Amino acid sequence: MSLHFVEFELNGCQIDGMVEARRTLLDFLRCDVGCTGPHAGCEHGVCGACTVLVEGQAVRSCLMLAVQANGKTVETVEGLSGGPKELHPIQQLFREEFALQCGFCTPGFLMTLVALDRSEPRPNAAEMREALSGHLCRCTGYQGVLRVIDRLTEDRK
Amino acid sequence: MHLPLSEMYNEPDDRNVLDRMRQGVIGQPLDRPEGALKVSGQATYAAEWRIDGCVEGVLVLAEIAQGQVTAIDRDAALARDGVLAVIADPAMTRRSAQGMAAKAPQQDAAKVEYFGQPVALVVARTFEQARDAAVALRVDYADAAEPVPFDPHAPDVKVEAPSSSKPVEGGDLDQAMRDAAFSVDVEYDTPGHASAAMEPHATIAQWQGDSLILHGSYQMLAYNVKEIADCLGISPDKVRIIAPYVGGGFGSKLGITHEAVAAALAARELGRPVRVVMSRQQVFQTVMRRSETRQRVRLAADAGGRLIGLGHEALVSNLPGEKFAEPVTQATEFLYGGENRLLKVEVARISRLTAGSVRAPGEAVGMQVLEAAMDELAEKIGIDPIELRKRNLPATVPVQGTPYSSRMLTQALEQGAQAFGWSARQDRPCQTRDGDWWVGMGVASAARVNMMVPAQARVTLRADGSALVETDQTDIGTGSYAILGQIAGEMLGLPMARVDVKLGDSALPPGAGSGGSFGAISTGSAVLYACEEIRKRLAKILGCAAEELVLKDGTASHGDAAPRPLRDVLGGEDLTTTGKIKPGKTAKAFSQASYGAFFAEVGVHAFTGEVRVRRMTGVFGFGRVLNAKTARSQCLGGMVWGIGSALTEELAFDTRDGHLVNHDLAEYHVPVHADVPAIEVILLEERDAAASPLQAKGVGELGICGAAGAIANAVYNACGVRVRSFPLTLDKIVPSLPDPFAQTL
Repeated sequence: MSLHFVEFELNGCQIDGMVEARRTLLDFLRCDVGCTGPHAGCEHGVCGACTVLVEGQAVRSCLMLAVQANGKTVETVEGLSGGPKELHPIQQLFREEFALQCGFCTPGFLMTLVALDRSEPRPNAAEMREALSGHLCRCTGYQGVLRVIDRLTEDRK
Repeated sequence: MHLPLSEMYNEPDDRNVLDRMRQGVIGQPLDRPEGALKVSGQATYAAEWRIDGCVEGVLVLAEIAQGQVTAIDRDAALARDGVLAVIADPAMTRRSAQGMAAKAPQQDAAKVEYFGQPVALVVARTFEQARDAAVALRVDYADAAEPVPFDPHAPDVKVEAPSSSKPVEGGDLDQAMRDAAFSVDVEYDTPGHASAAMEPHATIAQWQGDSLILHGSYQMLAYNVKEIADCLGISPDKVRIIAPYVGGGFGSKLGITHEAVAAALAARELGRPVRVVMSRQQVFQTVMRRSETRQRVRLAADAGGRLIGLGHEALVSNLPGEKFAEPVTQATEFLYGGENRLLKVEVARISRLTAGSVRAPGEAVGMQVLEAAMDELAEKIGIDPIELRKRNLPATVPVQGTPYSSRMLTQALEQGAQAFGWSARQDRPCQTRDGDWWVGMGVASAARVNMMVPAQARVTLRADGSALVETDQTDIGTGSYAILGQIAGEMLGLPMARVDVKLGDSALPPGAGSGGSFGAISTGSAVLYACEEIRKRLAKILGCAAEELVLKDGTASHGDAAPRPLRDVLGGEDLTTTGKIKPGKTAKAFSQASYGAFFAEVGVHAFTGEVRVRRMTGVFGFGRVLNAKTARSQCLGGMVWGIGSALTEELAFDTRDGHLVNHDLAEYHVPVHADVPAIEVILLEERDAAASPLQAKGVGELGICGAAGAIANAVYNACGVRVRSFPLTLDKIVPSLPDPFAQTL
């Protein structure tokens, strides 16, 4: 199968590669780029673990082909902060509120929340909850995630 | 004088060592130490290791349910772009290993026993090439000569007594039912469940000479090493499994399964690393299911509401010859009185994927049904369901006479009632209406057996005054990193920043593994013992008795002596020791279980029958709380599993060809947060010395054990419809709903 040239901005850095048209953005990020923060939980857009931002919008990277990202701006969980020692405020809230256990679904929740947090007008708590109802977590029972939303929206008042 | 370092746990250790320490970290709601890695995308899960030269394998699943593979068109597959190998080796597994099997599961994948069983592995340079060739691979089959039924209730199904458990019989249950002032004789169905851990199974296999290294996603590495080795016919000391971060397990990763063995075989054949990641659909179809159950519960009570008879019989299913049978009546054995009893599980031999452990095997489905039946009895007697439960707590385990190590059930019911506002519950159904919704409340007891399994952990107090805990114990999201560090920190007087915990590598001393809620108490006890030994050595250096030694904030002191930094005391030496524990006489001498109570308020839509949980309270007593945050999160997660099994989760098998119809997360409905209202969790502090030297019991599964019963009871209290088939979907409720225009009945 023929290869296509693809280049885009990933977490502030310009990257490129040759990719088959059938490769998903998720697999391209994980396998070709080595950016393994986005996780493959269902591979058909149901669980949300693979969520990344494309042009600032939360996108399920398992439902998007790598070639479709050509020329765009892509952000993954790795780009939110300088690493485990300097966390983004929402990452910090996830830690503090124990919004994660096994951590596999976590990057997806984070990316959707970050997109909401940046959007104007700012969504309220109910709208944030609605947006996060498309993310599955099998460990935590969601209560920590909901507290993160509460604190995020409190902080804005 | 009790000998604390005896390997066998033969008598309760009531010294409560942890309570005499000074650091003050045990029990605290501390953050998980690996949390920062996880929120920044830096925790490395099984499929994510960068290994040079790694190629990709995709499993090929059978398109028949029962028969024999007669031919595989390798040549056509190998002619496709990028394809390197088609593996159809007799060593490939056709079933998954059960938890703690420590030996190979059924091999020879050419014999097809259920629809979707793996029969081959295609390996190619890229994942897409392998998937493409796997889909196109032509496999020929011969039908099975003597197929078994797909349906556990088929007339020709073979039903056997399981080898794994014996019936409990006492007195004369039939006579008790005849003598009873009040009785219930009901049949309930529960469907099959999937663990649906968020991380699909994945393995990267690489050989170094005759040694195998697996990066995998497994719960019990010491057992998994033996399982893999047995599959491949090599010595266990030639196998190393690395799994520092596991994306959930819930039983599905207790034993090794297809992708690990296939990857190892392919890597050996090709002489290069091979990665096999299962698709979500493959995980659903091939790994492990919780058996569906049909349960008959008989409750016989005297005029005072005391049980004189108790029957709990269940039909479960599994593949022919498979030893595991969902232990449905496990908690029924010890929970309530009723000397006249019959508790029995039978297993139907059918063609569906392996049935095995899914979170809280036994209690998860047994308790929800028992607790729903208890609600039916309370209504017949006309007493409060909490009162019925309190009246029926025996002094010792019926029939066996075993004493209870500790039992916080009454406290849980009473505290929960207070916190939840149980007094506002209406005794009769259809008394509360909120707009178009009937509103009701339900209660259920929680119970889950406590188990200890053999475990080891190595602790090093390093010359610089920091500590390292090492064991192959996994952390599948449960909090092992946190609590093992806290135990060491408490015992050695170190703040958490000076304790490192290294887990999930089979080269380290074998911990308990994550399963059966036993990881924390078993491996934690091994850490405790190792730390006690280090304390002894420190005391010797300081010339005092171990009991006099005070360790706090990285210093050591005794008596009136001024605290000295550990670094000075150690004089450049590391102190290392391995703690070991095994279950001993306490396991049989006491009935050990964690207890609790669930309270649920639900709304049932008066026109559509839709059920929404409005709020829940769970109260749990499980010995010492090692970390209030991790424990609470485990309870919350369990209760949400309870919501799933009450309302949405159900494996649907086609009874014509045995295929699993809803084999993905779009069709198998795991609750999302919109299904989960405000949940309150209350943790009761207790000490259970019979359970472990930590005085702690298991908590990982307790939150699910009975939760669905509370929801079903609340549905009845709301609308007067008693559904005896889980999940309580609206189609089962709507035909029996009362007049929706009546505001109360």
